[in-house]
Amino acid sequence: MATLNVLILVCLGYVVLLFGVAFAADRMAAAGRGAWLRSPLIYTLSLSIYCTAWTFYGAVGNAARSGLEFVTIYLGPTLVMVSWWWGLRKLVRVGRSQRVTSIADLISARYGKSNTLAICVTILAVLGGTPYIALQLQSITLSFSIFAEADPSGLYREGSSVFWVAAGLAVFAILFGTRNLDANERHHGVVTAIALESVVKLFALLAVGVFVVWGVAGGIGPMMDRIDASEIGQWNVDAGRWTTFIFLSAAAFICLPRMFQVMVVENADEGHLRTAAWAFPLYLLLMSLFVVPIAVVGLDLLPEGSNPDLFVLTVPLSQGNDWLAMLSFIGGFSSATSMVIVTAMALSTMVSNHLVMPIWLSTQGGSGSVSGDVRHVVLVARRVSIAVIMGFGFFYYRLSGGGAALASIGLVAFAGISQILPALVGGLFWRGATRTGALVGLTVGFLLWIYTLLLPGMGGAIMPESILQNGPFGLGWVRPQALFGIEGMDPMVHSVMWSLSLNTLAFCTASLLSFPSPLERLQGAQFVNVFDHSVAPRGWSGSVAQSEDLMIMTQRILGAGPAQEFFQAEVEQQGGRTSLPEPTPAFLERLERELSGSVGAATAHAMIGQIVGGSSVSVEDLLAVADESAQMLEYSSQLEVKSAELSRTARQLREANTKLTQISAQKDSFLSQVSHELRTPMTSIRAFSEIMRDTEGLSGEEQTRYAAIIHDEALRLTRLLDDLLDLSVLESGQVSLNMGGDTLRSVLDRAVSSALAGTSQSLTVRRSKVSERIPLHTDLDRLGQVFINLISNAQKYCDAPEPELTISAHDVGGQIVIDFADNGSGIPPEAQSMVFEKFARVSGDKAGGAGLGLAICREIMQRLGGEISYLPGQGGAAFRVRLPLAYRQAAQ
Amino acid sequence: MTTGEDRQPSGTRPSLFLERQSYRRRRLTDAARLLPILGAALIAIPLLWPGGSSEKGVPLSSAIFYIFACWAALIVASLIFGFAARRMAASDETDSDTDQWQR
Repeated sequence: MATLNVLILVCLGYVVLLFGVAFAADRMAAAGRGAWLRSPLIYTLSLSIYCTAWTFYGAVGNAARSGLEFVTIYLGPTLVMVSWWWGLRKLVRVGRSQRVTSIADLISARYGKSNTLAICVTILAVLGGTPYIALQLQSITLSFSIFAEADPSGLYREGSSVFWVAAGLAVFAILFGTRNLDANERHHGVVTAIALESVVKLFALLAVGVFVVWGVAGGIGPMMDRIDASEIGQWNVDAGRWTTFIFLSAAAFICLPRMFQVMVVENADEGHLRTAAWAFPLYLLLMSLFVVPIAVVGLDLLPEGSNPDLFVLTVPLSQGNDWLAMLSFIGGFSSATSMVIVTAMALSTMVSNHLVMPIWLSTQGGSGSVSGDVRHVVLVARRVSIAVIMGFGFFYYRLSGGGAALASIGLVAFAGISQILPALVGGLFWRGATRTGALVGLTVGFLLWIYTLLLPGMGGAIMPESILQNGPFGLGWVRPQALFGIEGMDPMVHSVMWSLSLNTLAFCTASLLSFPSPLERLQGAQFVNVFDHSVAPRGWSGSVAQSEDLMIMTQRILGAGPAQEFFQAEVEQQGGRTSLPEPTPAFLERLERELSGSVGAATAHAMIGQIVGGSSVSVEDLLAVADESAQMLEYSSQLEVKSAELSRTARQLREANTKLTQISAQKDSFLSQVSHELRTPMTSIRAFSEIMRDTEGLSGEEQTRYAAIIHDEALRLTRLLDDLLDLSVLESGQVSLNMGGDTLRSVLDRAVSSALAGTSQSLTVRRSKVSERIPLHTDLDRLGQVFINLISNAQKYCDAPEPELTISAHDVGGQIVIDFADNGSGIPPEAQSMVFEKFARVSGDKAGGAGLGLAICREIMQRLGGEISYLPGQGGAAFRVRLPLAYRQAAQ
Repeated sequence: MTTGEDRQPSGTRPSLFLERQSYRRRRLTDAARLLPILGAALIAIPLLWPGGSSEKGVPLSSAIFYIFACWAALIVASLIFGFAARRMAASDETDSDTDQWQR
């Protein structure tokens, strides 16, 4: 008979073996050998930490109490695994692309890297894990007690043994789980050790099963008969519990921190899911295969009142098969230890990343680069949190009295952790899920779970019987196990139904009503559409000066070697020759992910934010920039309009300048013209008057002729001076108009006759006298002056062999338009703009005019309210005179 | 850029008929979606059995047989799908047309 001492030796030996395996696996992985460490088989076996001591002992106990109901706990995960293609695959992909360290990290990352949410999930996970750890303590203690009963030394005392089991497991988990820091780094050693433990527990349970079926019952046929004949021999499962537990186990399978750890964080290859999808259900099936036979045989063989949770141990013992009992004990021990290691690792990571690190960072005065080893802080935090978590488990065990069946404790833990499900599934599949929604849903579900399940389960010390019976303060409708007066439900089903449904309702409602921050929306898109794009949002920008601070911080988190390696790789990638990389957004993003592998997404985000700080570009900023660029677009289009306007103005200015230069030249020439025009007649006058004065004996004929010349020249001078005077009067606007009424025809008649009178050159004037019957009310003399000028110009300058002038008049749009077009060669384009300027003469001096005619015409027409312009493209020179018709109407 | 034959450049209408291989893929994804529903339906069937300790009750051995048979069937179906998915993934590496059927 194995004594307690032998048992303890076996346990220690087994633990040493596990350490050996873990150490060897780590060495092999570090040496680059051992590809099998990353094989789908190891992955599948590591998943089987789902089967804890609860499975190993509790399933048989559950079967002995309620028949096939135990199988629900394994059917749920089977369904989840079968639907890996659209469920777990996405979860694993998201977990890998975001480098999440725990389920709290995942939820926090999804909802805008919110640390509040991470804290909530952490607390929920710790509280939900507490009953589960108590369950492991209870099962190990119970199994010890079985052997202790047979131990003659009688050293065993239950109270102290629980404490020592808890302390031993804590030390074990600390040694195993917190050796290296990067939670995102694959823990090959731990995973391999867990895989070994999975094999051990499966082998142990199968061995007991085979012994029971073939050794005790005598084959499958007799076994089946025995099952049907037993007290649980009929299908008798409560429908509510059946569906609830299948759902609950499926939910817990995804949400349990330790399952998340092995399934997502430790996943080395997404393709492993493909194998695990069938291999893990097969493992569960094998684990469940002999549960009912063991239970039935245990009920048959063992005396009334023996604990069915321990049939796995007691049945071989009662048959005198000590070695099988020992194997079975090691199987149960394996189940408990593997669960505790991984749970402790997962929970301590969550606690240190989401509770301790944020607090530590805030006490460091807002700088991530102060002295102090972060790695040390993180490790200590993890170790302490493992001890605290184990302590919680211990106290839960003591409070609940250790009397409850294993299965019911496990289900309480499942129901607690499943409160994460709405936020998790919503976050993966619904872009509209918001942080507020997740917070509200989690809080509602968590509080309801505590109120309806956890507290009532902890016994009278925490929640008095009176509250259970009559509700708090006598409020019957909020009785913990009959909310809203719905009585008679199974407490478990009742709690799960209310907490999860109200959780989901609150989550959806708050999500629909709240508005997510931009970072949340970006992360939401990344999670939901993870198969489309697996790129994290860019949000950082830094200056070179900060690289050093980043380096210091990274060294303290990753350790000097890996940090320098990381930075060196980055420098090489950037192709620089400096010792530190440029803090480009891409580099900062990679660094953040690297750090988040050690301290979690929210903390890494906060740490980089502290260093890059001022110049960090938040997504809000990015969006603001996007707004700004929209404004810039608008502004630039305004600028374009203005610049077009400016260039138009510049063109006008250039034209004006050209004109001014021309006018300036004209002024110069005007002065010389005037002097010249004055000088020529003056010279003749002086010469001829000198001749007349000095020459003796001039004949009367000669005298007359010379006097005529002097007279002519004086006339010419007068005319010139008249014109100049006329022009200056017109230009200064001091002219007084002598308004009168007549028809256009008669004005033209007079003008033509006076212009053509007394000239030798012949000019044919073509007119359409019918159209000229337009009454006018204007200064007729001035208008006639204009016409005369135009006609005499045509007469003087038209170079056609048979000069012709066509005068046509129209009434166009309230204006009288009179065109004067000749058949000559016209005015060259470069001179067209100058014809109305003073002294502008197109064809030299041959015509003998002063070049003031058209300038005077223009001034007159302006005074008359009309205009005169050159009309290009008429074959010869053409001028258009416009007169407003309003003058005519004003006269009527 | 996509090289998949059943992808159309944006703006043109996607073709109505897929290549045989792509069609198979899509049906395979459908199967992956249906499998858990089928599984859930199968394990919900025992809820219809008469319960209690009446004479007509289903013996536990039959219940065990039914449940474990369904369970094994699900495992086999999942195994077959796993191999099919592996083949798909393998042909994808040459095809680089993963997104089409991942959605």
